[in-house]
Amino acid sequence: MKYLHLIVRNLFRKKTRAVLTLGSIAVALFLFGLLVTVETALSQGVEVAGADRLMVINRVSLIQPLPISYRERLLQIPGVAAVTYASWFGGIYQDEKNFFPQFAIDPESFLKMYPEYSVPPAQWKTFLGDREGCVAGHSTAKRFGWKVGDRIPIRGTIFPGTWEFNLDGIYTGKRPDDDTSQFWFHRDYLEERGPDWFKGYVGWYVVRVDDPDHAVDVVKAIDARFANSAWETRTDTERAFAASFAKQIGNIRFIILSIGGVVFFTLLLVTGNTMAMAVRERIGELAVLKTIGFPDVSLLGLVLAEALTLAVLGGAIGLGLAKAFTLGGDPTGGMLPVFYLAPSKMALGLLLAVMVGVLSGIVPAVTAMRLKIVDALRRV
Amino acid sequence: MVRVDGSDVDGSLIRVRNLDKTYRRGSEEIHVLQGLNLDVSAGEFVAFMGPSGSGKTTLLNLLGGLDTPSAGSIRVGEDTVTAMSGRRLTGWRARHVGFVFQMYNLIPVLTAYQNVELPLLLTGLSRAERRRHIETALALMDLSDRMKHYPRQLSGGQEQRVAIARAVVADPTFLLCDEPTGDLDRKSADEILGIISALASEHGKTVLMVTHDPRAAEWADVVLHLEKGALVDSPREGGGS
Repeated sequence: MKYLHLIVRNLFRKKTRAVLTLGSIAVALFLFGLLVTVETALSQGVEVAGADRLMVINRVSLIQPLPISYRERLLQIPGVAAVTYASWFGGIYQDEKNFFPQFAIDPESFLKMYPEYSVPPAQWKTFLGDREGCVAGHSTAKRFGWKVGDRIPIRGTIFPGTWEFNLDGIYTGKRPDDDTSQFWFHRDYLEERGPDWFKGYVGWYVVRVDDPDHAVDVVKAIDARFANSAWETRTDTERAFAASFAKQIGNIRFIILSIGGVVFFTLLLVTGNTMAMAVRERIGELAVLKTIGFPDVSLLGLVLAEALTLAVLGGAIGLGLAKAFTLGGDPTGGMLPVFYLAPSKMALGLLLAVMVGVLSGIVPAVTAMRLKIVDALRRV
Repeated sequence: MVRVDGSDVDGSLIRVRNLDKTYRRGSEEIHVLQGLNLDVSAGEFVAFMGPSGSGKTTLLNLLGGLDTPSAGSIRVGEDTVTAMSGRRLTGWRARHVGFVFQMYNLIPVLTAYQNVELPLLLTGLSRAERRRHIETALALMDLSDRMKHYPRQLSGGQEQRVAIARAVVADPTFLLCDEPTGDLDRKSADEILGIISALASEHGKTVLMVTHDPRAAEWADVVLHLEKGALVDSPREGGGS
């Protein structure tokens, strides 16, 4: 702490250069913050997937349905503890850009399957007794300014007509990255009003296994059970399903890592150049400090501390701005329902900034440490 | 007492024996100092004179532990400087040597107060103790009203006074001054030399000063000339040496 004023003074002796370098680091870490937020959003299902849940879809594709009769047959398979189902509705609220996922569900079994979602008991009770009722996620309700009791009209695309729902409840997630953009309504209502070709079908099943260690065996058993039928199944763990779904968009993690790598390398060059210049300009002063009796390790520490302060300060500004940006919610209008910069990702960004500080400062710091006083003083 | 003949003198603070310093420039060897001897008692003000390249600054660097000799030894008090490791030498410099340079060499981003504080940061003194020492040193230099000024806000003479305050604030055993008035006008130079002289005569500091300027050298108790890599007495200096 004794050297703090020396570090800060040296850091900002060339204000324009310091501000530009800080700005570069801040912009890079802001970008990093946004990239990991998007990555989290796209792979959100993977992050929050239940270890004991399996997804059962039509072997042909996700958009092909499965018979409702499969529910009872699934429950008979050893290792299956519970089953629920859902169907994709794909409706439009007011405008196509107002995207949010709508599912026709079996309320009782659905909420038991997803204990991470929470609905106030009174609201849930109302929903169970209201055939035209619906429950919306907190983020979607907030986005459109919905309140419990509102009438929500949805224009069907797969299922024609305008469907009106009573907003009976608003659910929340128990974890910050739980998806609260969904819209649930009774499958019975879809069955009643929907087209004949969908009667007796559901979009997919979700199965809970009694022991996650047996998940692989249950996956095999389910697909074997419906093999050679008219509706063969493809079963996967929820995590694998979510990962493969995310991969349809592309290898997000690879893209993020590639961009992150370029950003990191560029930052190293920018900060390293700044620190090298800063030390080169101060060779004489560093020699004076050594002459006075500052040990080599103190000079190493001073230069490294400068680089670290620069990187961490810039990183904190960038990550702070990224966090502030994400607090505004999903900027895509529903494509990234969980637009959330987790504290762990912020810590990762800060760690990245620390690495930039250390790596960019180490060479100038060692140069300062190894300085030969007599040679350096001759240059003053 | 100051002697250059290498005969042992009781009570010398600084004792230099057979000091050699050789530089290599390509294949050529340049013998800057050759068998140099010096004894300086505490409280002496010694000036070294000599033509450019005679090795004055090299001698000062060796005495201050900034450079290592090719041969010979330097003792200061009980410490054999030439036998110390780099790390010990750094600590020794912090405790025993105050440096004053021709170009002042203040840190431009620090105030006069903060510049003077630098050597004290290496000690275990508390903030309040440091403040007391700094204020005393700056008052001694008649700079109490310039404590918060940056070097760019001071005249050359004031900058050099800050540099002297920095050199003496930790109460070193001796001061090494390399052309301390080389960048100053006559009036400022005389002020600085008066201060350095007073540090020796009134405060008992041992001062070793390199200078080109005969008028500056006149302030010293003893003037020594570097010739052919060795020290010789000034004609002015009689039996005292």
